Amino acid sequence: MAIWLTEKSRVVVQGMTGAEGLKHTRRMLAAGTDVAGGVNPRKAGTLVQVKDTSLPVFASVGEAVKETGADVSVIFVPPAHTKSAVLEAVDAEIPLAVVITEGVPVLDTATVWARARNSATRIIGPNCPGLISPGRANAGIIPSDITGAGPIGLVSKSGTLTYQLMHELRDIGFSTCVGIGGDPIIGTTHIDCLAAFEADPATKAIVLIGEIGGDAEERAAAFIASHVTKPVVGYIAGFTAPPGKTMGHAGAIVSGSSGTAEAKKAALEAAGVRVGRTPSETARLMRAVIGSL
Amino acid sequence: MDLYEHQAMRLFAAHQVPVPAGDVAASPSAAAAIAARIGRPTVIKAQVKAGGRGKAGGVRLAPSPEAASALAGEILGMEIKGHRVRQVLVAEASDIVEEYYLAFLIDRADRGILAMFSASGGMDIEQVPASAIVRTPIDPAAGLPPEAFPEALQPVAAKLWEVFVASDATLVEVNPLIVDRSGKVLAVDGKVTLDDNAFFRQDLSDYSTEAEDPLEQRAAALGLNYVKLDGTVGIIGNGAGLVMSTLDVVAGAGARPANFLDIGGGAGAQVMADALSVVLEDPAVKSVLVNVFGGITACDAVATGIIQALELLGDAVTRPIVVRLDGNNAAAGRSLLAEAAHPMVEQVDTMDGAAARAAGLGA
Ligand SMILES: Nc1ncnc2c1ncn2[C@@H]1O[C@H](COP(=O)(O)OP(=O)(O)O)[C@@H](O)[C@H]1O
Ligand SMILES: [Mg+2]
Repeated sequence: MAIWLTEKSRVVVQGMTGAEGLKHTRRMLAAGTDVAGGVNPRKAGTLVQVKDTSLPVFASVGEAVKETGADVSVIFVPPAHTKSAVLEAVDAEIPLAVVITEGVPVLDTATVWARARNSATRIIGPNCPGLISPGRANAGIIPSDITGAGPIGLVSKSGTLTYQLMHELRDIGFSTCVGIGGDPIIGTTHIDCLAAFEADPATKAIVLIGEIGGDAEERAAAFIASHVTKPVVGYIAGFTAPPGKTMGHAGAIVSGSSGTAEAKKAALEAAGVRVGRTPSETARLMRAVIGSL
Repeated sequence: MDLYEHQAMRLFAAHQVPVPAGDVAASPSAAAAIAARIGRPTVIKAQVKAGGRGKAGGVRLAPSPEAASALAGEILGMEIKGHRVRQVLVAEASDIVEEYYLAFLIDRADRGILAMFSASGGMDIEQVPASAIVRTPIDPAAGLPPEAFPEALQPVAAKLWEVFVASDATLVEVNPLIVDRSGKVLAVDGKVTLDDNAFFRQDLSDYSTEAEDPLEQRAAALGLNYVKLDGTVGIIGNGAGLVMSTLDVVAGAGARPANFLDIGGGAGAQVMADALSVVLEDPAVKSVLVNVFGGITACDAVATGIIQALELLGDAVTRPIVVRLDGNNAAAGRSLLAEAAHPMVEQVDTMDGAAARAAGLGA
């Protein structure tokens, strides 16, 4: 098994006809993902040739869901139109909407979340690389050739740190890797992923990657202490970040004395999580955990 | 982007939020002229992007234009929480009866917007117990619920909410929102942060969006995601998380990073050349670490970019560059760099090893 994304998932791509959308649709197909088509009201009814696959373009997510039974939407729509694209996915009650777009105004994300929080749709992102269940399906832009299926679940705010850890632990493999994104407001949190990994029989141990800003890691630590029985290994980036400076991700900022890497590491360790000082040490800690299972 | 108080005041006024009369001055004589024009006692206020100015002596009452001049002379040039005061706001002094606290902000934990209100606003807001602060989640599509603020303040709260939405703010904080002796409600302080992600739909002509640091300015002009730090090892990497991690690993190896620079996903030769030139322009840099994990981008493309960048830069490459390439097509990338055999470039295959080497060269 895996979480949220399996070989049975059927994917539609919002923004498939754009350059990024097309490139990653090709990669998702190459990874064995069942891509059912794209959504673009201006090109509805046409077919897009992606390598040897001919993909239909639908006028709306609702139509795509009705015609294909799609249950995942991956969204590559530019920031100015991301809000309406995600709301369209939510209104179509698609179970999973993965928002890759970087640079979405936070007020738009807040508006989307206010509507989505009690809806049928799980949102991942925005500003995220998406999720991959290696060997089964890929929804987003995580490279599918780093590693195969295995017992580790991974949740991370950062794309490249996800790839780095997948690479270091490639001989062991992963159930699902979820890049939740580095924006201040995101649809799926560390805690959501921890809960899903805890319930997933294929996941035996969990890597949690966090970074400065907010208190998501502290809350994840509290959740681990009370709800997670599987071993968790952690890594936090941003110990050297000065307060008041945004470090690449819109949400990666230490404000006054809150959101520091020290506080996050301490909270995780207090919850029994082993926290690596470098990505490599984190991989070694996970290797030891897997060896002792 | 954070606004100065005087910018926040102008933004408030544009949305019909009542604010004291006033203007900014960069010299004592300009401050005196503004005070004379106002013709009533004024408050001289340090313009720095930090709170707690009052407690730091950066907010002073001036009964006359002469006093305004003298106080401006004292406050200009002061340093408050690491920020040098270059301008003062000269604002009409209010006769304060009540001080309230009002804010709209992004609540990351709740994934929404939060309204906050306290009847005990002012300089000691940090000491106000949580029970004396009303916190109300706001659905932006629905607008302000009436329970968020006392009835008498709802008109001004509605206007401040309009400021928040119309300018794509992530913070609008008024502390204090006052009631004066005549019963008038006024915002006498304003802290506003605008969402950089929304700049594409905002008119920013009233503000300078330029970074204060000249290297940050140049990097921004080149479209690079760069933050100047105070160390000696220049850092270039791909992906915000990996770059933050690289800074930490270099620090762990005993050197201080000189900057954060994320070149993002598909980094071509020009981006790499721009990145290297900005980092090498920093005179404090003694060594450079390029840390790339090839995900979508193949390392041979990155290596080609580095080689072309080195050609573009020529003699400007005056300090050693340690390169670590891993991931997609790492072997091909490494052998390209090895063949190029640039005298200032050295390869180390692991992140920890490369960080240690760059730290050794640049500490
Ligand atoms: N225009 C004004 N008229 C009267 N008092 C003022 C005025 N502006 C500020 N003050 C007083 O000075 C205090 C500190 O000023 P403020 O602008 O809130 O700066 P800070 O929050 O940085 O300390 C306020 O709480 C208020 O009591
Ligand atoms: Mg104040």
